Amino acid sequence: MNLQNKSLSAKIGKALIYLIIIFLGLVTLLPLLNIVAISLSSSGAVTANAVGIIPVNFTLEPYKMLVDDPQFWRSFGISVQRVFLSLGLNMILIILMAYPLSKRKSEFKGRSIYMNLLIFAMLFNGGMIPTYLVVRNLGLLNTIWSLVLPSAVPVFSVILIMNFFRGVPKALEEAAIIDGATPMQVLLRVYLPISIPSLATVALFSIVGSWNDFFSGLIYMTRTSNYPLMTYIQSLTVDIQQMIQQGINSTNLSELMGVSDRNLNAAKIVVSSIPLILIYPLLQKYFITGIVVGSVKE
Amino acid sequence: MKLDYIFKGARIMQQRKRTASKRLTNSNLTYHLMILPGIVFLLIFNYAPMFGLVMAFQDYVPAKGIFHSDFVGFQHFAYMFSLPSIGRVFTNTIVIAGGKIIFNTLLAIVFAILLNEVRVRWLKKSVQTIVYLPNFLSWVVLASVVVNMFNLDGSVNHILENFGVGPLNFLGSNQLFRPLIIGTDVWKSFGFNSIVYLAAITSIDPGLHEAASIDGANWWRRIWHVTLPGMLPIILLLAILSLPNILNGGFDQIYNLYSPVVYQSGDIIDTYVYRVGLMGRDYSFGTAVGLFKSIIGLVLILSANQTAKKFTERQLF
Repeated sequence: MNLQNKSLSAKIGKALIYLIIIFLGLVTLLPLLNIVAISLSSSGAVTANAVGIIPVNFTLEPYKMLVDDPQFWRSFGISVQRVFLSLGLNMILIILMAYPLSKRKSEFKGRSIYMNLLIFAMLFNGGMIPTYLVVRNLGLLNTIWSLVLPSAVPVFSVILIMNFFRGVPKALEEAAIIDGATPMQVLLRVYLPISIPSLATVALFSIVGSWNDFFSGLIYMTRTSNYPLMTYIQSLTVDIQQMIQQGINSTNLSELMGVSDRNLNAAKIVVSSIPLILIYPLLQKYFITGIVVGSVKE
Repeated sequence: MKLDYIFKGARIMQQRKRTASKRLTNSNLTYHLMILPGIVFLLIFNYAPMFGLVMAFQDYVPAKGIFHSDFVGFQHFAYMFSLPSIGRVFTNTIVIAGGKIIFNTLLAIVFAILLNEVRVRWLKKSVQTIVYLPNFLSWVVLASVVVNMFNLDGSVNHILENFGVGPLNFLGSNQLFRPLIIGTDVWKSFGFNSIVYLAAITSIDPGLHEAASIDGANWWRRIWHVTLPGMLPIILLLAILSLPNILNGGFDQIYNLYSPVVYQSGDIIDTYVYRVGLMGRDYSFGTAVGLFKSIIGLVLILSANQTAKKFTERQLF
């Protein structure tokens, strides 16, 4: 009797755990599905707030309108360009800095000076305004370089790769040097091939970071035509949000904004997230192993 | 004869080693050259702005530049502390950031413990895939999602209506704005934050659980006496290291969700510096506020690092 009771309460407890887990999964998923559904619904249905997670009066109209929005694609292009430039520059600088820094003090004189420069840059910064003024004084405003150069050295990633390089067996390097390899060759032929997973992790940091960043575009670009995608989308939604926040409900809002704006904006949001969704399997694989290795290692 | 070979071999080896070590010393130059480009970028984009912090002690005029603007000492700092709004900004920052740290940690731990109990593989995998996702999306995107859910006739108010509550103006109310900010931040990141805790749970020796079961411990007791103590080191470490974030309310999120109506409860240091300093072109004053934040941040990071070193024998740097 007692045993049965126990197994019954255990079963209830188990069911409860599954319910909570499924609930948390749904709470995360449904709001995202809601945006997708809105982007696929007719403006009438959106205005009437009839859209849940399934499109109402299914239509591709918002996406057709999106195709004809030149600024959206211009900004999309700027963001793509920026991601590739940042990725290239970040990876080159990360690798070139991490390798010498992974050497012992006796092997690389001056290492501690560089290391201190790097760490202090991680702990302290000039802040928003002085950084803005440096970028402005360099004449970078309204150029793609204002989005790329200020974050050229991702300090955290340099340290991550440096630590990984330190774990590479010394014997490999010594063998290569005895065979006559130069430091550059050692780096390229010995270190890089065995660091691919770690390098993938920091590459993904870089891609996600630059794709999602709207702030650089906001302060360094004075013309909307130069906005990267996230800054462009942000500039569109901010007016609507302020109206909503000031208590106007979305029925009035849709009348004010012209009927189709909410589903069109939703379509923009969806399309702007597609690149990240595409690389999400990679993100899951490398980010997560990277995080676990980086933090639980004793 | 045979001995000769060995000697010859040894000599060649020695020569090779000598050239190898010579190469190693010559490597120094290559190392300096390798690291140079990165250091140049650091100096321009990280250290030059630090030099620019002298603005905080000047009456900075863009036309005169940093070298010719007049020094005013601590005037901007004195002004900052005389403003009633600045206390509010710091309070908002600390309350919002503190709430995020506490609730993110709690939910991530609970979620990790519960998820670890799920034995249905496909369910576990799908839930993980879903809850890790929002972490990778920009606040620009997620702010739209949040506004859609929480506006006056959004889904959340529809649900509340069924319970006879509302409609609540989450985005326009000074009582509800902070909970909304903290709640949606937890929604975005609890899944991702749980990864580390999940890894900590799975590294606990299963023998301990078995032993506890044999001794008659039920699920609650096993969680309390085995799982949580096993997670404690990593919980402590992350808690200590998250302390410096107490001044980071989360610019991206708040900038995309706030409005003048909720400045009272939602304006944080970063949004304030952006609005007053950068948009209002009050460069010196904005820099002073930013510098004040950076210095407290630096002190917090250094003490967090020391504390982590002392209690967990691990550190950030």
